Amino acid sequence: MNGDSRLILPTRRTILKGATGAAALGLVSPFPKPAIAQGAPLKVGFMLPYTGTFAKLGKFIDEAFRLHVEQKGGKLGGRQVAFVQVDDESKPEAATDNMNRLVGREKVDVVVGTVHSGVAMAMVKVARDTNTLLIIPNAGANEATGPACAPNIFRTSFSNWQPAFPMGKVMAEAGHKNIVTITWRYAAGQQMVDSFKENLAQTGSGAKIVEELYLPFPEVEFQSLITRIATLRPDAVFSFFAGGGAVKFVKDYAAAGLKERIPLYGTGFLTDGTIEAQGEAANGIKTTLHYADNLDNPANKAFLEAFKKKTNLDGDVYAVQGYDSAALLDIGLTAVGGDAGARDKMIAAMEGAKIDSPRGPISFSKSHNVVQNIYLREVRNGRNEYVSVAHANLADPARGCRLSA
Amino acid sequence: MDLVSFAVQLLNGVQYGLVLFLVASGLTLVFGILGVINLAHGAFYMLGAYLAYWITARTGSFWAALVGGVAIAFVVGLLLEEIFVKRLYGRDHLAQVLLSFGLILVLDEIRHILFGKDVHSVPAPEFLRGSIQLTEVLSYPVYRLAICVFCLAVAAAIFLVIQKTRIGMIVRAGAENRDMTRALGIRFDVVNRYVFAVGIVLAALGGIVVAPISTVFPGMDNQMLILSFVVVVLGGIGSVAGAAIGALLIGVADSFGKVFMPNFSSFTIYVLMAAVLLWRPNGILGRREI
Repeated sequence: MNGDSRLILPTRRTILKGATGAAALGLVSPFPKPAIAQGAPLKVGFMLPYTGTFAKLGKFIDEAFRLHVEQKGGKLGGRQVAFVQVDDESKPEAATDNMNRLVGREKVDVVVGTVHSGVAMAMVKVARDTNTLLIIPNAGANEATGPACAPNIFRTSFSNWQPAFPMGKVMAEAGHKNIVTITWRYAAGQQMVDSFKENLAQTGSGAKIVEELYLPFPEVEFQSLITRIATLRPDAVFSFFAGGGAVKFVKDYAAAGLKERIPLYGTGFLTDGTIEAQGEAANGIKTTLHYADNLDNPANKAFLEAFKKKTNLDGDVYAVQGYDSAALLDIGLTAVGGDAGARDKMIAAMEGAKIDSPRGPISFSKSHNVVQNIYLREVRNGRNEYVSVAHANLADPARGCRLSA
Repeated sequence: MDLVSFAVQLLNGVQYGLVLFLVASGLTLVFGILGVINLAHGAFYMLGAYLAYWITARTGSFWAALVGGVAIAFVVGLLLEEIFVKRLYGRDHLAQVLLSFGLILVLDEIRHILFGKDVHSVPAPEFLRGSIQLTEVLSYPVYRLAICVFCLAVAAAIFLVIQKTRIGMIVRAGAENRDMTRALGIRFDVVNRYVFAVGIVLAALGGIVVAPISTVFPGMDNQMLILSFVVVVLGGIGSVAGAAIGALLIGVADSFGKVFMPNFSSFTIYVLMAAVLLWRPNGILGRREI
């Protein structure tokens, strides 16, 4: 039994579990333990999906974070940085062990992760219990910066509430009165539909939701629900799907001839990352997200160029989130001269951070969730092109978070 | 719901059911005749879809993908039978489950190495790209109708071969009483090999045909595997006709379940399965104990 684990893990059972996991990692970890904290490199633990459905997202977040560190000469806040990687495989059941491995055995100074909301919530719990600094570079579960918020937890990506919210106004202003929503029946889908509904009701336009359609997650047999939409004949449809499901939905919707008659709207995840596979079927779809492929600002241009040079790949919203995670950490470390032990001062600096991100200016709310512009985009020629700012500097309401009082 | 919507939903259900039949027929053949539980059946469905994407992207022809995909699946089936599966005949189900589960992992890794993890789409053949206006708002892709016709043709071919040919007679005799058939001098090792390969081809064929309407992506095999087993158990293990009935029931139940009982749509088909099994514990046309 090693002493590292005992400090943070209260029961005998979890010590055993943690130690087994830690032993497994010990074989592959390329980094030696730092002898003394001061002077040694700052240890950043990536807990990201390097395999499985979200592997590409994990890779982009990882690469962009490293890109930022390289641009600062391999340092953040003037201190050398070393990385430890753990593949979370997007498996919530392994999340607690993986997180304990980074915090207990590897003794990282900060954890960056992850994509999957279920995994992220388990990470949030460990981070709260062990007071570990955690930066979430994607997972959108509202709870992470809501009821579960904590001083040591930051999110640089979005809450599910954020990208869906402005769509109510967008669709009401487009003159749509009767709207149907469709998504998977799981937390992210439900939170986005709820947020959209909230905004739609606030517009006072009289626009209403005729029917909310749900599909078991992650089913992709949409045909009967698409027929249902044709029967209901709403003015427009609001949707949230992602990955393979999004591609199939967009193609089925177009193939059923609905796209020209009943315009399709959604959060940006509907068309981001898989737009190539969607082809012409996606043209004309309007979505809201905190990024657009052709955002015309110097930071975005420089970022896309540097990312392309480093990876030979086109950067996207996930890469931007990874890049900004590094920027946020840099601001915190700079304020304390690289001494991650001066936690309170570091957190105060991160809370007050103003970052000139590729997605536009961002800052942080009291609940430590990112405050950002949400853009309206339209798919044109296989790109999510910028149309307008749907909502400037949108902050998550952080319901249930005591920090935001 | 008016009559037109009802008819369209019925069409959706039947079309979905026919695709399920195409995939599940291979599973029930292998199950019924070889007595082998092939958990990797869904992986061959995914393999078919990825082959459709890969060959179409290189040759520009969906027909090349259809022929090439079937040929590759057939050869893979023959090889797997020779190297692995023939050692499983007569062994208990645990050994079969272990081997075929291992095959899932290996096939998925090969898929990852060869094709990566991106989402792909496959264009339908040129002359099937149109759509038919069904109602004022809704149109129906011709390709979906073509799938119905194709699946019906495959079903007819399977029935003809099993009921009307000498090979079919041997297969039926083998399913009925293997030892007696062998005693009559039938070379079962050869028959087994081809039955297994045909089972794999049917799974891959399902993947190829569905590729243009169902996007090609990692994990697409999971759902199909579960549904195939539901169809096979519902219809009666080893019965191709039972699989046809089971598949159509599942397809229609799923379609209407999503619209009429959206809150319960995730288990409509399982409730149906439970109800049918209470009524006929061996499946609708099943004679063998499950």
